[in-house]
Amino acid sequence: MSDEYENKTGYQAQSSETISSGGGGGSGTVPDADHVRPAEIPEQDLYHGHSFITKWIFCQDAKVIGVQYFLLATFTGIIGLILSWLMRLQLGFPEAAGFMTAEHYYQFVTMHGMIMVVYFLTALFLGGFGNYLIPLMVGSRDMVFPYLNMVSFWSFFVAVGVLLASFFVPGGPTGAGWTLYPPQAILEGTPGSGMGILLMCISLILFVAGFTMGGLNYLITILQARTRGMTLMRMPLTVWGIFTATILAMLAFPALLVGGLMMTLDNVLGTSFFMPTILKAGEVLEYGGGSPILFQHLFWFFGHPEVYIVALPAFGIVSDLISVHARKNIFGYRMMVWAIVGIGGLSFFVWAHHMYVSGMNPWFGFFFATTTLIIAIPTAMKVYNWILTLWRGNIRLNVVMLWCLGFIVTFVNGGITGLFLGNVTVDVPLSDTYFVIAHFHMVMGIAPLMVIMGAVYHWFPLVAGRFLDEKLGKWHFWLTFLGAYSIYFPMHYLGFIGVPRRYFEMYDSPYVTSAVGMNEFISVAAFIVGAAQLILIYNIIRTLKIGKPAGHNPWQANSLEWLTPSVPPEHGNWGEKLPVVHRWPYDFSVPGAKEDFITQTTPPSEVAETEVEKT
Amino acid sequence: MSDPKIEGYEFKPGFKGMAQDTGSDQTMFKGVHWGKAMMWIFLLSDTFIFSCFLISYMKGRGSTLIDWPNTSEVFSLHVGSTPVPLLLIAIMTFVLITSSGTMALAVKYGYEKNRKMCGWLILATAIGGLTFVGMQAFEWSKLIHEGVRPWENPFGAKQFGSFFFMITGFHGTHVSIGVIFLFIYAYKTFKGHYDEEKRGWFTTMKGDYVEIEILGLYWHFVDLVWVFIFAFFYLW
Repeated sequence: MSDEYENKTGYQAQSSETISSGGGGGSGTVPDADHVRPAEIPEQDLYHGHSFITKWIFCQDAKVIGVQYFLLATFTGIIGLILSWLMRLQLGFPEAAGFMTAEHYYQFVTMHGMIMVVYFLTALFLGGFGNYLIPLMVGSRDMVFPYLNMVSFWSFFVAVGVLLASFFVPGGPTGAGWTLYPPQAILEGTPGSGMGILLMCISLILFVAGFTMGGLNYLITILQARTRGMTLMRMPLTVWGIFTATILAMLAFPALLVGGLMMTLDNVLGTSFFMPTILKAGEVLEYGGGSPILFQHLFWFFGHPEVYIVALPAFGIVSDLISVHARKNIFGYRMMVWAIVGIGGLSFFVWAHHMYVSGMNPWFGFFFATTTLIIAIPTAMKVYNWILTLWRGNIRLNVVMLWCLGFIVTFVNGGITGLFLGNVTVDVPLSDTYFVIAHFHMVMGIAPLMVIMGAVYHWFPLVAGRFLDEKLGKWHFWLTFLGAYSIYFPMHYLGFIGVPRRYFEMYDSPYVTSAVGMNEFISVAAFIVGAAQLILIYNIIRTLKIGKPAGHNPWQANSLEWLTPSVPPEHGNWGEKLPVVHRWPYDFSVPGAKEDFITQTTPPSEVAETEVEKT
Repeated sequence: MSDPKIEGYEFKPGFKGMAQDTGSDQTMFKGVHWGKAMMWIFLLSDTFIFSCFLISYMKGRGSTLIDWPNTSEVFSLHVGSTPVPLLLIAIMTFVLITSSGTMALAVKYGYEKNRKMCGWLILATAIGGLTFVGMQAFEWSKLIHEGVRPWENPFGAKQFGSFFFMITGFHGTHVSIGVIFLFIYAYKTFKGHYDEEKRGWFTTMKGDYVEIEILGLYWHFVDLVWVFIFAFFYLW
């Protein structure tokens, strides 16, 4: 084995360099104003891979792991996209989808939902952006447990493999809906009630195990491995978003794990955790005495925080993108941080608003409607702050900014329909209609996706060293943005006239006539939006070959990830010496400053003449 | 425990100190080993797993229509011909709690760099854990012999068997994993890996006696969970 450990001894060197001991004099070379406490954590030993396998496959570099997560999540997401195409084909043009049975349709609905929520968005935000950005943004050399981090990715890999294997087992994947409600999830008659649901549960358990390993890494890196001068309140909001989302995941995934495990036992061993006494074709089944609603509680105790696991990193990332591209400090940084933390905390007390029609005690509905609507307060604060950041900003209307604006609009739209659904009395008639579909796709599908797209255009120059093409990017944005609205806006109307979700076809109901044309329109829009994503793939491939080189800090940003000695950053991130942080990452357009940005590593003595805030 | 010495950083007592640590740079928990902080957060997550199990159990037991079996009968052992309720479980609990004591002593001797004592105490802890798992296997086989299965139960509600085997099984898995690690750590202690700062098999970190404390945290947690399982299953 050619393992080699490199112990950089920068720790000693650093601590003696920047301290000016003694209060008044400036005995060292560094002015007192620039004094930062010496390093208290020793340099991290890193394992540097030497072969192709240790460098690119079983790699312990968080950046490579981040890209691996990103690529695998995107691949899974594309499968989810294709499944949605098949669903839309059936709904819009049933005569063209003759190959599809009702069973297929339910399986596609289920797999589309589960893939998009868990294996695409969660993995992409936390595994992808989290791994790549956390060590760079807080100024550490790597995640604190690189080996664990690698295992985390490969657990995710196996989880995806098990999930996709369910397409090829007898009975196919489960068709129980992404919520996997028992009893129907494991009863004969539901597609994939044997192997399909079993593989789904196993895959989820693997995902949770893998995520726990990654999540511990993110949390400890943020809490215990920041660089000198990097306080929690100097972290970019991206890190705050990912941090809070990871805490939510660490506390919410256990419920999914337990629910999945109990369902597996019901399925395989014939226990009756979730199975009540059931009559089937006049015969009483072996099951009896279990509680289906218990599963719903477990599932949604995971399921609702899951929404914010996806949304909070998006909130954080979009705040940074808006601030950089509007050349203005983020409005109300502290408020933004507390809003993220507050939303995260509240998200554990709202889960049963998914269960208003489940038959639970009606007083529960009263309680959960109240908590749900309280979440609107921190969320609205964030939206106002984004808008106030843009206000009188020096806006660069590039592709990144377009995605950010698209996000704000879409998020507000989806949030407002959330007020409808959060109220019990309004929710009851709208339950299980297309209104719900429209709401959650807008708020946690399209809106975070817009942020992902913006983030891709923003950080691609860092990852690959080249700019993505703006013109292609604008085509990509407008087709996606307008297309997404064409898909989901009509769905609100479909919901109002009562079209139920999860129906394979509409049969001869009175609302069918007005719904048919609309369904065709939605389907066409869905095909176009899906195809428009090819522009991005083409753009990436093209850019890797002939894109404009980006160089150092191409967006004139302040945060640490842009300040690495080499672009793209190498393993270990910072070369010889770790950066020293003197301020928050939002010092844009400071009056009196030479340039319109002051990086986090700029010492106060260099900008003494400016009206920079103390952070 | 006294505060660690950190150059250029002055600790404050109480809540003020907590606020100062939180607001400071580099680390939030001053002087706390990365692995130790990780174990605490992992245990918090694991707490949620066991809470979900136990809450599900309460819900299942509360809503079943068939009577729950009388636990002091089901879990009793016959000494001669007189049934003694909770006999086995009392011994099991005693063994496990005692192993927590030996673990704590192992941590103490580890920090004192007393390699021999530390190693023997870890070994004692491992054997305590192994005894516990063995007695649990005995209890399982006794119940299975009497006809209790995850899917049926001759003494009453079938959820009894389901929850009992699932939750004690999940806890037993935790204990077993702990025992495996205890044996590995005992080996490493005796070999002097922690004195020589030898690197682990899978990690780039240097060996340090703090690892024994980290394993100890896990072990105490597993014991604490057992107290709850004991209360909810055997005393309710």
